[in-house]
Amino acid sequence: MKKALIASVSTAALLLPSITMAQDDTVKFGILVALEGAFAEGGADGVRNVELAIQQAGGMAGGKKIEFVVAPTDTTPDTTVRQARKLIEQDGVDIILGPLSGSEGIAMRDYAKTIPDNTVINGISGALETTWVDPAENFFRFNLDGAQWGAGLGSYVVNEKGWTKVATVAADYSFGYTNFLGFAVDFCRSGGEIVERFWVPLGSSDFGGVIASLPDDVDAIYLGVGGTDAINFLNQYSQAGAETNLIGGTIMADQTVLTSRGRAKDALIGTPTSGPLADDNPDEAWQSYVTAYQDAFPEDERFPSPSLFGVGYYVAALAAIQGLNEVDGDLSDGQVAFREALSTMPLDTPLGTVTLNENRQATGSVFINEVVDDGEGGLKNEFKARADNVNQTLGMSVEDFTAMGLPSRDNPDCAALRDGG
Amino acid sequence: MALAEPKTTSQTLWIERVPPIWWALMLFLLTMPAWANDFFLFQVMGWTFILGMIALSLMFLAGYGGMVSLIQMSVAAMAGYMVAIFGASGMGDISMGLPWWLNIPIAIIIAAIFGTLVGALAVRTEGIYTIMITLAIAAAFFYFTRQNYTIFNGYSGFNLVVPPSLFGVDWRQPMPFYYLTLGCAAICYAAVIYVSRAPFGLTLQGVRDNPRRMAALGFNVTAHRIAAYTFASVIAAIGGILLVWQNAQIAPGTAGIPAVIDILVIAVVGGITRPIGPFIGALIYVLLRTFSPDVLLAFGLSGERFKLLIGLGFLAIVFFSPDGVLGLWERWRTRRSRERDPLTGEQK
Repeated sequence: MKKALIASVSTAALLLPSITMAQDDTVKFGILVALEGAFAEGGADGVRNVELAIQQAGGMAGGKKIEFVVAPTDTTPDTTVRQARKLIEQDGVDIILGPLSGSEGIAMRDYAKTIPDNTVINGISGALETTWVDPAENFFRFNLDGAQWGAGLGSYVVNEKGWTKVATVAADYSFGYTNFLGFAVDFCRSGGEIVERFWVPLGSSDFGGVIASLPDDVDAIYLGVGGTDAINFLNQYSQAGAETNLIGGTIMADQTVLTSRGRAKDALIGTPTSGPLADDNPDEAWQSYVTAYQDAFPEDERFPSPSLFGVGYYVAALAAIQGLNEVDGDLSDGQVAFREALSTMPLDTPLGTVTLNENRQATGSVFINEVVDDGEGGLKNEFKARADNVNQTLGMSVEDFTAMGLPSRDNPDCAALRDGG
Repeated sequence: MALAEPKTTSQTLWIERVPPIWWALMLFLLTMPAWANDFFLFQVMGWTFILGMIALSLMFLAGYGGMVSLIQMSVAAMAGYMVAIFGASGMGDISMGLPWWLNIPIAIIIAAIFGTLVGALAVRTEGIYTIMITLAIAAAFFYFTRQNYTIFNGYSGFNLVVPPSLFGVDWRQPMPFYYLTLGCAAICYAAVIYVSRAPFGLTLQGVRDNPRRMAALGFNVTAHRIAAYTFASVIAAIGGILLVWQNAQIAPGTAGIPAVIDILVIAVVGGITRPIGPFIGALIYVLLRTFSPDVLLAFGLSGERFKLLIGLGFLAIVFFSPDGVLGLWERWRTRRSRERDPLTGEQK
């Protein structure tokens, strides 16, 4: 009996829902973030960075006290929409900051249309379609999308490295296509030629077939894979000889790959990659942000420097706070004034100034890094160049960009871009 | 049941034999929109009924057929995908936009065929091997949908899949959707109860307890088991269609390995001995999934450890009662009846 009693009481205790409502003198943020699965660590960094931004603002925005609720997702769009609905309907939040990954972003774009009186500010999700295809009026994205992250790299390898003929190996899903498109558009317009494209399934471990059929007469191989896929590829690639130069996609040379064990990653030395940030960016705004981040949290509770995900959520929180300050916390009329402020204000971020276009998508800077030996047996990224004012259409006209079509296995058509550009 | 109840005479109407607690529950569920908020109706209860239906199909196979199948979530997702493909969605190139009275039956039939085929493979195995083979097919289904772009639209899946507006009602509004899921769940529940008492269900339970003897008696054991898969697939398919309507979208993650395992957890936590178990399990699961971060934050702990709370909750239930919440209830009942004198019925 006692056992049963304990069991029922403990179950009941777990089930107690807590219902809270936003007060007039507070503004409530809902942080929609992946805290399960492959991105859990990055997601936790996102939460930390929102806390940091709120703390730097003194806990106030537009004269109102900031409260926040965390809604954890597992990166599936189903869960994301559920959690978003909970934030709006149950927790009564005013503004959602999030989500983190691409397909979640597309789901949130559609969900945002059903909550016209609230505002969604993207965390770090990077699918092009989120703000390009049928965008939602109340969905704002202050980070660059996956295609923009690839921009600048193509012209860099053509002009600085003199590599004009490449074969590509990239992950066979939406981020792989999108990130590749950003590279390819820039590369082809600079006069480059893509000889052959290989698409590998996410999570594959055997790249033998692809490596064997890579052409010999190319200047470099573009690698658009990440995480353990990247490590597996590099292992097999170095066993097969590793003769050619490499060009990395945005997730190719991140910490998981650079800190992996074994010698295979050495094949990466000298590989240029592009992405939304550079750890050793000498910019003062970036340096002071990194210092603030390091001071705000004890060393064992944070990354050595802010992660890509963390920066995204930090910028989203900055945008929300600055927008609220501009309108003195006025969220009446379905937040119309707040949205107007978000759409028009230039936002100073650690990554430079960001402006939004008519789709409420950011125009900003892309950083070109190169993998170098850090002198202690490890590898690190070194800041080489930056491409400023990269817009959603990658410098093309809206008509040309629309005509090119959405990223896919066969898009973009390199020859057409080379002749047109 | 081993309870010493007086045999009901054949004169009493079936309606009189429904215990009062069922009337109370029915009244409670029917009047819920009067006092619960939209979030609770749509999200908590709607999702509970949907997951309950999918877990009910597993309960039917496991409880009455002795076959623990992990394919039920994939069957549900297959139905969801078919509604998205044959009906309307945001992916105009793939979706055919057939009217609801065509796409829903097609979806259920295709999902039932899929479930039957898997069943035909799986019934030739026993115990752990059934779990293995269905899990393998579920994993294959997940990877296939993620990699196939021509039919399943790969990683992104389908969005903007919404229920049809029938009789002037937008069925995705909280209250209509609540009644829709409640109605479907009640029908599925009643169907399982009915089938379990019909000759087919009794034979199936016979097959579960002693397949050899049933075969000797002249029953086709394999055919009965496969037919059980077909029946369970129809229930899972209905749940899957409602699930895609609730989320307004479907993607490979809907039937990913975690989701497949969740259905098993729901059925086990609720109890797989009776059809009400999966619904109880689903309610517990949904409440834990929805509110555990808030509970942690309320105690001043970091919300990102919410999975720990979910795990502890399930562990506590399985530890205290290996046959789920239903088992707790049943043991409480037996203990109460034990406290009475078996001869006189007087309280000791």
